[in-house]
Amino acid sequence: MDLTIDKDLENATLTVTATFAHPVEKVWDLYADPRKLERWWGPPSHPATVVEHDLRPGGVVRYFMTSPEGEQYHGRWDVDAVDEGKHFEARDGFADADGNLVDGMPVTTMVYTFESTDSGARMTSVARYASTEDLAKVLEMGMEEGMTLAMGQMEDVLADA
Amino acid sequence: MDLSDAEVDRLFHALADATRRDIVRRTVQGELSVSRLAEAYPMSFAAVQKHVAVLERVGLVTKVRRGRELLVRSERDTVDRARRALDELAAVWEGRVQRMTDLLDEDSGD
Repeated sequence: MDLTIDKDLENATLTVTATFAHPVEKVWDLYADPRKLERWWGPPSHPATVVEHDLRPGGVVRYFMTSPEGEQYHGRWDVDAVDEGKHFEARDGFADADGNLVDGMPVTTMVYTFESTDSGARMTSVARYASTEDLAKVLEMGMEEGMTLAMGQMEDVLADA
Repeated sequence: MDLSDAEVDRLFHALADATRRDIVRRTVQGELSVSRLAEAYPMSFAAVQKHVAVLERVGLVTKVRRGRELLVRSERDTVDRARRALDELAAVWEGRVQRMTDLLDEDSGD
């Protein structure tokens, strides 16, 4: 596994490029199969549950993450474009418990590309926010998740030592 | 940050007023509600709101709603928070890619 992350503050964009020693179809399946998606989308402390999954143009993917205290954080993707196995675009936003987008909350435009390489597959994710202000808001919304994640990773490091 | 001449003019105009300079000074210390700011000056709530709007147009402050309060926040703070948000999102993705790899390894049955 090889991972590069580019943080572009000016354009409020995060670009993730990851390579995997597995066929590109398997990497695509991590998104296309809701049961697989929920095994990696949320951190171990906040596992994701996918309640609706229609990865087609115009389709919706709805999910929630559950905190250790049992609180649910809902999100939804509105799928804009899909080129099966190769590419998809969706807007990821904060939702209420009924799955409706919450007004005034930042929305991420996600563009995913999947390619075959000599040794497996490469996935590129470009996540863009509308503005620096929106990006700053994510900190408030995602703070708990981020903090818990960081703590989890710290534990892993300690366990390895 | 690259500014055009017109933007520099607007910035200087925004800061040419003592109240507006004071608003910038106060919000750099931490976000403040418009009502709290209004208490600090011998002028109406609406007048303070106008000053805030001038600062907002040139990008020195941003307004955020929290519950019933309208908070004024220094733009410097916004950029700093955005930078931290990117750091956190990067950490989120490090975790995700690790879990994706683990899952792929697991499913390929080795």
